[in-house]
Amino acid sequence: MSRIDVRKTYKLYIGGQFPRSESGRSFVVNDAKGRLLANAAQASRKDARDAVVAARAAFGGWSGRTAYNRAQVVYRIAEVLEGRREQFEAELRAAEGITPARARSYVDAAIDRLVWYAGWADKITQVVGNANPVAGPYFNLSTPEPSGVIAVVAPRGPLLGLVSVVAPLIVTGNTVVVIASQDNPLTAITLGEVMATSDLPGGVVNVLTGSQSEIAPWLASHMDVNGIDLTGVEDAELATELEVAAADNLKRVRRPAPDTDWLAEPGLDRMTQFLETKTVWHPIGV
Amino acid sequence: MFEYAPAPESRAIVDIKPSYGLFINGEFVDGNGTSFKTVNPATEEVLAEVAEASDVDVDEAVKAARRAYTRVWSRMSGAERAKYLYRIARIIQERGRELAVLESIDNGKPIKESRDVDVPIVAAHFFYYAGWADKLKYSGYGETPLGVAGQVIPWNFPLLMLAWKIAPALACGNTVVLKPAETTPLTALLFAEICQQADLPPGVVNIVTGAGDTGRSIVSHPDVDKVAFTGSTEVGKAIARAVAGSDKKVTLELGGKAANIVFDDAPLDQAVEGIVNGIFFNQGHVCCAGSRLLVQESVADEVMSRLKRRMATLRVGDPLDKNTDVGAINSAEQLAKIRELSAIGESEGAERWSAPCDLPANGYWFAPTVFTGVSQAHRIAREEIFGPVLSVLTFRTPSEAVEKANNTPFGLSAGVWTDKGSRILSMANRLRAGVVWANTFNKFDPTSPFGGYKESGYGREGGRHGLEAYLRNTEKGADA
Repeated sequence: MSRIDVRKTYKLYIGGQFPRSESGRSFVVNDAKGRLLANAAQASRKDARDAVVAARAAFGGWSGRTAYNRAQVVYRIAEVLEGRREQFEAELRAAEGITPARARSYVDAAIDRLVWYAGWADKITQVVGNANPVAGPYFNLSTPEPSGVIAVVAPRGPLLGLVSVVAPLIVTGNTVVVIASQDNPLTAITLGEVMATSDLPGGVVNVLTGSQSEIAPWLASHMDVNGIDLTGVEDAELATELEVAAADNLKRVRRPAPDTDWLAEPGLDRMTQFLETKTVWHPIGV
Repeated sequence: MFEYAPAPESRAIVDIKPSYGLFINGEFVDGNGTSFKTVNPATEEVLAEVAEASDVDVDEAVKAARRAYTRVWSRMSGAERAKYLYRIARIIQERGRELAVLESIDNGKPIKESRDVDVPIVAAHFFYYAGWADKLKYSGYGETPLGVAGQVIPWNFPLLMLAWKIAPALACGNTVVLKPAETTPLTALLFAEICQQADLPPGVVNIVTGAGDTGRSIVSHPDVDKVAFTGSTEVGKAIARAVAGSDKKVTLELGGKAANIVFDDAPLDQAVEGIVNGIFFNQGHVCCAGSRLLVQESVADEVMSRLKRRMATLRVGDPLDKNTDVGAINSAEQLAKIRELSAIGESEGAERWSAPCDLPANGYWFAPTVFTGVSQAHRIAREEIFGPVLSVLTFRTPSEAVEKANNTPFGLSAGVWTDKGSRILSMANRLRAGVVWANTFNKFDPTSPFGGYKESGYGREGGRHGLEAYLRNTEKGADA
């Protein structure tokens, strides 16, 4: 008789922990052929708020780390992901019904993207900062700083899409609450397991699974969220509603990007959109 | 204290017309709307009747800007655009005295500020961005303009805010429709004349005067590609809502409630000068004003006594007098707001002290005022007063200073006064504000990016960073 396998319970990833939704709700996630894969936690408003609290608590420490240290942590995520690549390939094949070669290419690209962004941690300041030659005896320097807590609506790509929107935010020192793809949420939680074992401090990335249209408005109107990335919002009306709600505290808003080619090399804009520029003046004299 | 004889700057250099139209497609036109009066806030004298642009007028202006963009300005080489901007910079210098006097008359700010700060920086701003026009490929933001920019500016630095908006927009190849504030339209209209003198192609710059309705009409116009606004956080939020779901690029420079932090090792006389400059420069009508003084407890009494002594020497009065330090409040409406918040400060239990000074009988005036015993919860510690009113709080440790300084929805600027270099750098790192002035305050330069964190808005004006607001991101992989 064959062995009965031990199935995984997919929960949320908040503050470095894997809690169930406080609402006690779950929803069915099927594979590409419509067979049950698992029940995923259906996050509630309270879960979203808990995630923001965790992200805010993590922000000071994470943004205060040296860029070199953040680079190593993001690189470490890539290392751990590489070590568990077969699990991710299997998950992608099951969830999306894609070929082994295609699944492998997505995992390759996700790992490489993490490595690419990891290297930016201690370079972005040099590329987008400036020494300013003011017309007077003053030292004048502009440097980028993270905007704070960023809410992200992740695109469909359950691994590469997710990594492509989260990595640029955390490498610069932001902390994140991400709503995983509603159709393929399970990989996001497995990626949470990778992050939880990669020296990433709890709360830097928080993953919610559930209904995008239910959770996103709470994050868009949350007064302790500094920015919102609407990349994965496919409903134009919902995107507009979220942008309107985001104006309550002037969140930095990234509008939806339905046709993004996630395999292409990204530019800087996913990092720079959620960076502030701080300019410091000091007199020069003896 | 010395008695100073009056030293008024002559207003003979300016020629204020009885009425002004709108500047659309290179010409002054009557417009289809009503008109409003602009007054000298120091005397309440009506200066001119100014046309109020209607939706139809705004549409005409946007059409003119679109035509100029498509047919002329976006096709012109950067080097040629640069020459127009250099011309404008030079004419501003040539007509600097006239601009300064007119600014002081319409706005109420002291002539020494309009003459020595506003107008020179305006010219420098055009000169700086002129040089970018043919070097955009080195900017890091590409070199593709957005199209037509709709720009709405406030009354506190009328000409300077115009320069911050128009110079980078034109350098990047955009055309503009700009609305000056309804209480200070005159220098923008004189700038329109300067555009004519410079032979700037018609439609590249359009100036439409009016109030909130005109501003809304510009912001929501479907053929405007870019919205740039400087003003209140409340209106900024309304604009962010109005453009939601569109492709419009937006930058917002909004309110502030800056902490000016004085440590016990600071050179106190310099710090007092910085405090005075921070809150009484331009009557405190400054979004980045140092309106919350955080002073270390051990030197609080000493700082307060020196500050009051210094405040008593401030000369409040005729904006055109060259000795004047503090001019007129810009409008009756703003004066009422300052009075209201000050009364609230008293009723909430803070102690009010105003510099002893004789205020003119006519016009809008408010004596330089300081509140002590202010707590974090007081409205005068949380809300932008936008007037010559300073709220004083104390702290014991650097961490407490950071905590209090950052405890605000705003994040535009901050000041730090200390002799200890490592403390300056640590404070500068921890303050959540777009501009940090250490052992100085209220300094501005065309090369230096300016703008806020949090509810003080987004985007930067000035410097290389200021180009980003007016260029389309075409970098490889960009999906914005």
